[in-house]
Amino acid sequence: MKKQRIALFGAVVATALALAACGSGAGDASPAAAGKSDAIIQVGSLYEPQNLDNTAGGGQGVTEAFNGNVYEGLFKLTDDGKVEPLLAANHTVSADGLTYTFTLRDGVTFHSGKALTSADVKYSIEKVLAPDSKSARKSSFPEIKQIATPDPKTVTVTLAARSISFVYNLSYVWIVNDQAGSLQAKEDGTGPYKLDGWKRGSSLTLTKNPSYWGTPATNGGVVFHYFTDGSALDNALLTNAVDVVTSEQNPDALAQFTDNPAYKVTDGHSTTKLLLAFNDRVAPFNDVKVRKAVSAAIDDKKLLQSIWGDHGSLIGSMVPPSDPWHTDLTGVNAYNVDEAKKLLADAGHAGGFTFTLDTPNYDPHPTVAAFVKSELAKVGITVDINVITADQWYTKVYQNKDFAATLQEHVNDRDVVWYGDPSFYWGYDNPQVTAWIKQAEQAPSEAEQTDLLKKADRQIAEDAASDWLYLYPQIVVASTKLSGYPVNGLNSQFFAYGIQKG
Amino acid sequence: MTRYLVRRAALLVGTLLLASIVLFVLLRLLPGDPANALLSVGATPDQVAAARHQIGTDRPLPAQFGHWLGQLATLHFGTSFVSSLPVGPEIVSRLAVTVPLTLAAFVLAVVVAVPVGFVAAHRSHTWYGAVVGVVSQLGIAVPAFWLGLLLVWVFALHLRVLPAGGFPPYGWSTPGDAMRALVLPVVTVALVMAASLIRYVRSATLDVLGSDHLRTARALGSSFVGAMWRHGVRNAAVPVVSVLGIELATTFLGAVVIESVFALPGLGSMLVRGIAQHDYPVIQGVLFVSTFAVLIVGFLADVAQRLIDPRLRTGRL
Repeated sequence: MKKQRIALFGAVVATALALAACGSGAGDASPAAAGKSDAIIQVGSLYEPQNLDNTAGGGQGVTEAFNGNVYEGLFKLTDDGKVEPLLAANHTVSADGLTYTFTLRDGVTFHSGKALTSADVKYSIEKVLAPDSKSARKSSFPEIKQIATPDPKTVTVTLAARSISFVYNLSYVWIVNDQAGSLQAKEDGTGPYKLDGWKRGSSLTLTKNPSYWGTPATNGGVVFHYFTDGSALDNALLTNAVDVVTSEQNPDALAQFTDNPAYKVTDGHSTTKLLLAFNDRVAPFNDVKVRKAVSAAIDDKKLLQSIWGDHGSLIGSMVPPSDPWHTDLTGVNAYNVDEAKKLLADAGHAGGFTFTLDTPNYDPHPTVAAFVKSELAKVGITVDINVITADQWYTKVYQNKDFAATLQEHVNDRDVVWYGDPSFYWGYDNPQVTAWIKQAEQAPSEAEQTDLLKKADRQIAEDAASDWLYLYPQIVVASTKLSGYPVNGLNSQFFAYGIQKG
Repeated sequence: MTRYLVRRAALLVGTLLLASIVLFVLLRLLPGDPANALLSVGATPDQVAAARHQIGTDRPLPAQFGHWLGQLATLHFGTSFVSSLPVGPEIVSRLAVTVPLTLAAFVLAVVVAVPVGFVAAHRSHTWYGAVVGVVSQLGIAVPAFWLGLLLVWVFALHLRVLPAGGFPPYGWSTPGDAMRALVLPVVTVALVMAASLIRYVRSATLDVLGSDHLRTARALGSSFVGAMWRHGVRNAAVPVVSVLGIELATTFLGAVVIESVFALPGLGSMLVRGIAQHDYPVIQGVLFVSTFAVLIVGFLADVAQRLIDPRLRTGRL
């Protein structure tokens, strides 16, 4: 849904820009910044918020614009994947791992002027867990028995079962003013920026919060400019209308920036994985040999190269390198056509078989489907490509589980845990893996959690639970005048408060 | 004339009502569940059910239609499924882009097309007439988005005199920036519109120039300009005005493409987003306003024609 663009536009723009790149240099600066600390940073993005509330379906866009900038959590997930305290000054965990006590930082006020208290924290956590919450993180939260607020500076949360990811999950919970009411078109956060205006379909303006409790932003404000067409976004960067693009999604456009000294292209760590997900419940993909054969028959390296050139990386399982429990498993079920043929013969499919591949209609899925089809034809498997909309995918594949195999991008970090849920759409059911993942969540230490998830990760790779085709690149393109911007875009966050221009 | 206006206005309201029914039914025939657009991978079945209930798609269709009509009657367009924000104010803020874009392009097109077309007819056998004929034919063949991209390439990427796209964050409160943002889109739309208008003006003028009454007027001693003014322009204007109405309506609806090329926050991009997200209130609201605009333009064109041509006033409607 997010990358729908008219193919013809792309082709024409690519041609026009290729010509343009020959003639034009960086051009001169847009209205000169008066000084470093009050420069306004112009950010270009493809992800406009749906609304301004991340528990009401605000989506990826509101996370990008607001996480850490306008709203803050008790904890924050840094750009390099570490969880650090933010509004929590410190916290303690009871010996049984069930009771968390958080002490709030002093002197924190909301943009409306109200002081932060424990009641706001309780309200904010309950907002994520409420029945009408649309938070994608709701299901990953542990069962909470009680949230108590013994005094204005202290919050005590009692869990029904141990949950080692609890603090990590809290980094997604915005602490909002419990008196603010609906936050779908306004904000009341504690962050270094305040919302100045949102022009829907176009831009969102943040200004510096003069009474911020922490280190103030190094710039005067941020304007997020929203585009639906990747080429129009690239044009904006080329004409200095924006200073930085949070996530470049147009592989063909990269050359004009890499070859230009006025721009810097940074490859960060992405958490977006492209999957060929089998329906592990039904034949033929309920047979592990068939899944392994398909995985071995597809040359992932060639696929990645053809789509992203030298960007992006190969993965052997669901865990990206930025997760703490990553192991390099690219050697498991690696590309080997002879092995694939042998596995198919062992599974009783020496003559191949036919299956339908449900393919979302937006980039890069149709291209990938065509590649998979041609690769699998070499081992005798016929692929019928069935192109569907994002919406149809959600109903047919995700909800009704009515599919043989599908292509899909999975964006979040730490989402290997879905392989521990046999009711998830891909239907992978290995009781040992389910147990490991459950134990990992209840592990008393991160070392044990890591150990268990590493085991689970290796097992799903050996079972070829899905075929992990590649890890997307996370590419930030910025003017060389800019520094201090985040490059990993972890979980779509884009902390703007450290950016300097000039 | 008053009776005509009343009858014509009643027809307008009736058409609008019919259009709203067709719109509502067609949208519901589309496959897909709007609740899906609200949620992402990881949502539980309970969350899906809650989302459906919240947006009201779990209610019977007649009830949903009644609800919508009730809102329309009070000039409300409901709230978006996806953003939970009211649709009306967003339509108004987007009209502030689409309406100036359409009108400015329209005026520019008329200002260019009428004299060029007129002279091309008057000098139809000279090199000038031939060049206009060829160039306007080319203009009709060129898609608007292609012309837009070409203008961006020349004026934004190369000459760097105008922005490549986007609209200023503070909109019309920074009028200079807002106007600069609209220059290339307006020129794009106007050129494409002018190309076809020129041909209409030219052929209407040619018809008039070859007519008996004009020849007679000239024979009775009128100067060319005098004869054209008294007997030519009015006659030529009738077909041109009806084409103008259609052109204006087409441009308004065609803004979708141009707004996407220039990343403008207009009605077109709102519609595209609404369709992608199955956001019925947004789609219904935008299409209702567009339908209304098209009907109003048609209405005005009809009235203008009657004012210009007295024969239409005396004849039966």
